[in-house]
Amino acid sequence: MEQFFFYIFAVIALVSAVAVITMRNVVHSALALMICFLQVAAIFILLRAPFLAAVQVFIYVGAVMVLFLFAVMVLGVGRETFGEKFHSQSIPALITLAVLFMVMGLFVFTGKLTVPMGRYTEAALSSNTEVIGKALYTQYIFPFEVVSVLLLIALIGTVVLVMRGRTRQVR
Amino acid sequence: MLTLTHFLILSFLLFLIGIAGVLVRRNILIVLMSLELVFNAVNIMLAAFSYYMGNLNGTIFVIFNITVAAAEVAIGLAILVCVYRRRQTVYVDEVDEMRG
Repeated sequence: MEQFFFYIFAVIALVSAVAVITMRNVVHSALALMICFLQVAAIFILLRAPFLAAVQVFIYVGAVMVLFLFAVMVLGVGRETFGEKFHSQSIPALITLAVLFMVMGLFVFTGKLTVPMGRYTEAALSSNTEVIGKALYTQYIFPFEVVSVLLLIALIGTVVLVMRGRTRQVR
Repeated sequence: MLTLTHFLILSFLLFLIGIAGVLVRRNILIVLMSLELVFNAVNIMLAAFSYYMGNLNGTIFVIFNITVAAAEVAIGLAILVCVYRRRQTVYVDEVDEMRG
């Protein structure tokens, strides 16, 4: 049963991921990306990480997608014609991809990892958020603070980048 | 029965699709979206290993990963807006001033 749901989510995720990189309209790509994020959230639930699924929905589907759609709206990039969709360097890129496919496929299939997934203890499952929160504020307190400073830098950097363009335009 | 390999193959295919988007598409918005696909593939793999090993370190790493990805998208789109104001283009191969 679990496997059945895994295949549903995986197939939808892969199909929508292909749609993201093949659609001509940027808005359609963004919507396909949203579907892909939702499927990944479902896969996090299959991996017994409900907190991650919630975070995925809030941050990716909520914040990141809104940012992308805002960018599309501000820039006003609509449909592009077929000829201008791809690079002139597509052939070397595809060769690189084929090599990457072979190398990574080799690693995945020769690694003997066909074991069933591990089991969490009942406590870690029923109070997933609590356990994660405790670990974040005790064991991982230093990375947590560093990441919060990083977010502040990103916030200030974004405002500065966009503001400077506007003042120059006004002059 | 679900095995670790199922999740590894899914993550691997998502990663390849994302890399394909980054390498092949010209529209910089699609390039950034493909970058998000790559981030998601890595997150699935980390969460799968976390479940497989039975401890929460991988899960915590995914949280940090998502945070950094959000910061990256914000900065990336701000730079994109700046480039578009100056050059009126969103195609990556038209922004080639630094090509040697």
